[in-house]
Amino acid sequence: MITVKNVNKTFGDNHVLKNVSAEFEEGRTNMIIGASGSGKTVLMKSIIGLHRIDTGRIEYDGRNLPDMRMSEIRILRKEVGMLFQGSALFDSQSVLENVMYPLEMFSGTSKEEMVERALSCLRRVDLPEKSYKLAPSEISGGMQKRVAIARAIALQPKYLFCDEPNSGLDPKTSLIIDQLIHEITREFNMTTIINSHDMNSVMEIGEKIIFINKGEKAWEGSKDDIFHAENEDLNDFVFASQLYKKVKKANT
Amino acid sequence: MKIIHETGKYVLLMKRVLVQPDRWKMFFRQFPKELEKLGLNSMPIVIIISVFIGAIMTIQTKLNTENPLLPTYSTGLVTRDTLLLEFSSTILCLILAGKIGSNIASEIGTMRITEQIDALEIMGVNSANYLILPKVIAFVVMMPFLVIFSMAIGLVGGYAVGLFSDIISTADYLLGIQYAFIPYYVFYSIFKSIFFAFIIASVASYYGYYAYGGALDVGKASTNAVVNSSILILFFNILITNIMLN
Repeated sequence: MITVKNVNKTFGDNHVLKNVSAEFEEGRTNMIIGASGSGKTVLMKSIIGLHRIDTGRIEYDGRNLPDMRMSEIRILRKEVGMLFQGSALFDSQSVLENVMYPLEMFSGTSKEEMVERALSCLRRVDLPEKSYKLAPSEISGGMQKRVAIARAIALQPKYLFCDEPNSGLDPKTSLIIDQLIHEITREFNMTTIINSHDMNSVMEIGEKIIFINKGEKAWEGSKDDIFHAENEDLNDFVFASQLYKKVKKANT
Repeated sequence: MKIIHETGKYVLLMKRVLVQPDRWKMFFRQFPKELEKLGLNSMPIVIIISVFIGAIMTIQTKLNTENPLLPTYSTGLVTRDTLLLEFSSTILCLILAGKIGSNIASEIGTMRITEQIDALEIMGVNSANYLILPKVIAFVVMMPFLVIFSMAIGLVGGYAVGLFSDIISTADYLLGIQYAFIPYYVFYSIFKSIFFAFIIASVASYYGYYAYGGALDVGKASTNAVVNSSILILFFNILITNIMLN
């Protein structure tokens, strides 16, 4: 479980995160949603430690990140997997080498075991075998996301972060990627945090949703609670499209 | 103020770069690739530039020093010393700052803007050390070979002038390049070039590593890397020359 308590973050005069507190539960897909510029990416990067927060606590199962030394942070990061918006696969390596990279750096197992583990991760994300030796630039965006997920789970992390996992994907592929993230969260009992503004994803896999508005946590609940939420900003954000307005009408 | 800030940032980055790699195996996997990319692949440009500069230097020296009082071997001597003292170290490094500097800055800069460096950091890898150290060491190792190669090819270029034209006789040229040879000049040139190689690789890596934004910003980082490493080379050239030859 990851707990965020009274987190504040400023960039110069810009107060981006204002006293944000939240709990992200284990074995569930936790989602941070909000409009562009609301502070959700800063929140996620602060939780991972890519941004140093001004005040507050970020606890990974009781271990407070801001109190940790660099060496401790590096140990913690071996328990973290991350799926980036643009996949962030290493251009100079093949698909298989990308998945093997964290294993080679940290697993300390034999080459055969590393290959076996990498292959099992690639099979888990249903990547066709013929693509294993291709470069990331030679496969589609959806396949790149699968490789990135396989790389993220290679070391069986306790915490998985996904930054806009559906960015640039068609609706069908987005759905497959969402389901995949949801399934592996359950399978490995990970604490998964997804940063998204894709309402299809939210409605599909959002077990716990945190809505960030102007740097503050404005609402918290599940996907079923959204239809009955009375938060005006949340309603403006979620039901911006005609389709979702109709869905809400039908639900209420 | 900005220069102090940038220098501090550069020093802090180097502090992260110049440490023992997390995995030597990964370092030695990357190192030969960098030797090839930064060193061997620079050979063609070194050959082309050195042979032509050697030839043109011989022609210019001969045509502009027509004086019966000057010994006939002086053209070869001037060509040799110019190559040894400045061309094959400083000028070659300025040219390589363009080729290698932009290559390193754009490669690392692209990794930065496509979040590949963030991915390494999230995995707990010292990304600065993993990405930059093999490049710096590979270029520093290859540079003396490039310099010696450039000296030799430059002298061959001058010899070709004697061979294929009547501007200078090959006998006079050969006498000139052997006359009053000071081996220390070769050491001085190699020492300088090693220092410049470190500047080129580390400054270019610095600009690439801290690139942000999009493709346009990677281009800017690449330009800054070339311009600033060239300025530093010229500055340290004066300093080192003063210390080592004065």
